[in-house]
Amino acid sequence: MRIATLVAAAAMTLAAFGGAEAKDWSKVRIGTEGAYPPFNVLGSDGSLTGFDIDIAKALCEEMKVECEFVTSDWDGIIPALQAGKFDAIIASMSITEERKQKVDFTNKYYNTPPAIAVPKDSKITEATDAALKGMTLGAQSSTTHSNYAEAKLKSAELKLYPTPDEYKLDVANGRIDGVIDDVVVLSDWLATADGSCCKLLGTLTSDPVINGEGAGIAIRKEDQDLKDMFNTAIAAIRANGKYKEVQDKYFAFDVYGGE
Amino acid sequence: MTELSTAIRPPVPPRPWTAARITGHVLMALWIVSFAFLLLYLFNNIGSDFVANYAPKYLSGLVITLQLVVTSVVAGALLSVPVALARNSKNRILSGIAYGYVYFFRGTPLLAQTFLFYYGVGTFREAFETVGLWWFFREAWYCVLLAFALNTAAYQAEILRGAVLNVARGQWEGGQALGLTRNVIFFKIILPQALITALRPYGNEIILMLKGSAIAAIVTIFDLMGETRRAYSRSFDFQAYIWAAVIYLMMVETLRQVWEKLEQRLTRHLVRSE
Amino acid sequence: MTEVLTLLSFGPDGWGDEIASGILVTVSLGLATLPFGLVAGFLLALAKNSREPSLRLAAGIYTTIFRGLPELLTLFLVYFGVQIAVKSLAEAMGLGFTIEVNSFVAGMIALTLVFSSYASEAFLSAFRGIPRGQYEGSQALGLNKFLTMRHVVLPQLIRLALPALANLWLILLKETSLVSTIGLADVVRQTGVAARITKEPFLFYGLACLIYLVLAMISSSGIARIERWSKRGEAVR
Repeated sequence: MRIATLVAAAAMTLAAFGGAEAKDWSKVRIGTEGAYPPFNVLGSDGSLTGFDIDIAKALCEEMKVECEFVTSDWDGIIPALQAGKFDAIIASMSITEERKQKVDFTNKYYNTPPAIAVPKDSKITEATDAALKGMTLGAQSSTTHSNYAEAKLKSAELKLYPTPDEYKLDVANGRIDGVIDDVVVLSDWLATADGSCCKLLGTLTSDPVINGEGAGIAIRKEDQDLKDMFNTAIAAIRANGKYKEVQDKYFAFDVYGGE
Repeated sequence: MTELSTAIRPPVPPRPWTAARITGHVLMALWIVSFAFLLLYLFNNIGSDFVANYAPKYLSGLVITLQLVVTSVVAGALLSVPVALARNSKNRILSGIAYGYVYFFRGTPLLAQTFLFYYGVGTFREAFETVGLWWFFREAWYCVLLAFALNTAAYQAEILRGAVLNVARGQWEGGQALGLTRNVIFFKIILPQALITALRPYGNEIILMLKGSAIAAIVTIFDLMGETRRAYSRSFDFQAYIWAAVIYLMMVETLRQVWEKLEQRLTRHLVRSE
Repeated sequence: MTEVLTLLSFGPDGWGDEIASGILVTVSLGLATLPFGLVAGFLLALAKNSREPSLRLAAGIYTTIFRGLPELLTLFLVYFGVQIAVKSLAEAMGLGFTIEVNSFVAGMIALTLVFSSYASEAFLSAFRGIPRGQYEGSQALGLNKFLTMRHVVLPQLIRLALPALANLWLILLKETSLVSTIGLADVVRQTGVAARITKEPFLFYGLACLIYLVLAMISSSGIARIERWSKRGEAVR
């Protein structure tokens, strides 16, 4: 408590010297996770790649701003945005009512449904609550997919992991009977050598209340000007073909979903 | 009567406001204000949706934490006896192995050990399946329990060994002079004395395990910390951590007080009366 | 075998350079925390050793809290809490910007809080190990309070507190691993990322443990030197 006051006092002194400045968006810091292929991946050389990253770069180019990427753990990414560690989250974050109470979202920039993957020799036949009775399901914590499992797949026991990499390890090891995540994320993984353990059990019908209306860019509530900038830029890259160019680089299908 | 005594005794000199006294009062005032705020905050939130939604989860998390700590401390205590004996053994190889074991578990972070025992053993799934042990390592609960038990066993072995070595040699010699066997001397004379000196470090070790058990949350276990993280990641409400802090502090303080009472009771024959 | 060597190499396919930077973070976090922890711990011990009851109580509350909270929780409280406090304070004052408490600073603050609480106990028992006669002797020599502390008490205090402080340093080094959970790229986090991506968890977590063991060994030899230095004034028996 005392340390908190001290730090705050130091902050105030510094602020008094620095002077309050109006926000100028010539430079935008973008928070992302870096553990969610093919949307955002952090390589061993420290570089970020993926659909989210390329879309972000296209948006920044469109808005003529300089962008800097900051990686953050998924379950701390909203508090980090609120705390001002970056200005926008572009990390495949679904636009949900629960999250809207804390942050604002731009319009969606893609929308894909959740799905379940299971080991190839699994006895589970279909992606329904009844078929998952007594099974253990893995999900990334603090995601719409974990909320979906908690609300709609109550017969299964849920285990939460900090990143998809950990549930992939555990399903390959047979510690869990299946995993729930975005269908694109799972398909991408299943197509690699790592994912050879498993198969796609089925795609789930997304629930608008839980899964929201697609992935958007999260912005602090007070930064309405930044939100408008992003919305204009999303519409622009949709119109000028830049969006399709990025999409075709990663997917053979339409990830945007209906208008 | 009162008048008389005040008349005889010189008046108590007023305590001067030294720097130490001022600092002490200022700091105490800060603490009191902080605690008042905390109580007010907790009181305001006790009827909130957060508490209504998550209180049962915190309770189940608390039960998991307690089970985890009790099981691993007891398992560690059992395991620490052979380790301590091996450590004192005259057999070079045996004592070397025990030394290596203790050094490894005391020299590396519990977090890294937990990861090693949870994700690391997955590498050897097939080997474990052949020997029929995979059912054990399949469960996060058993992996964490094993890591915690091995960790605390290393610390407890050192506590035990230190305490036994602390008992004066004369006690052994006295026992031998009485014609008692080594076993009888150890269990009836040495161990009771050693346990008294070991009591305080044992208490500290249990408290360390209670606090360290929060690490289990990171490998999918919904202990108190796990439920706290889950509640925070859903609600982004900071009171998630405040409640957890209050619960952990109360547990540790209670344990410390109980342990102190226990120690006073067990050592009451050692207190010299005036 | 060559496969393992590739994984640990410093090139683009290997994780050697990432892990080396993790070691740097771990060691610098420990070293950055140490001086603050020692000074705060010493001041706390002075307070606990004081004749002023309010000062003793205030210091006692501090140590009770930070020795009682799980280190992981203290870290989260600092990481999220201080940031929220700073931000809302800045907002309340109508400032346009806030100070960022990054994970390194948050780790440092949290570890300092914990380390100083334990260090104060070490210093306190060392204080009690110094006989009253030492104070009386220096009074007789006409030394003032400060000089007594500087030339008589402190040298003995360091020697007496050193074994306990050395132990605390080793604990601190291990506790720095907790910052991996708030996103700081220390040894555990870097090896963890490598373990997940390469699917070689045993290799990399085993390596993490080995790194901590080596750091502990290096520390032990350093501590032994300091111990010899602190005892230089003792007569050879």
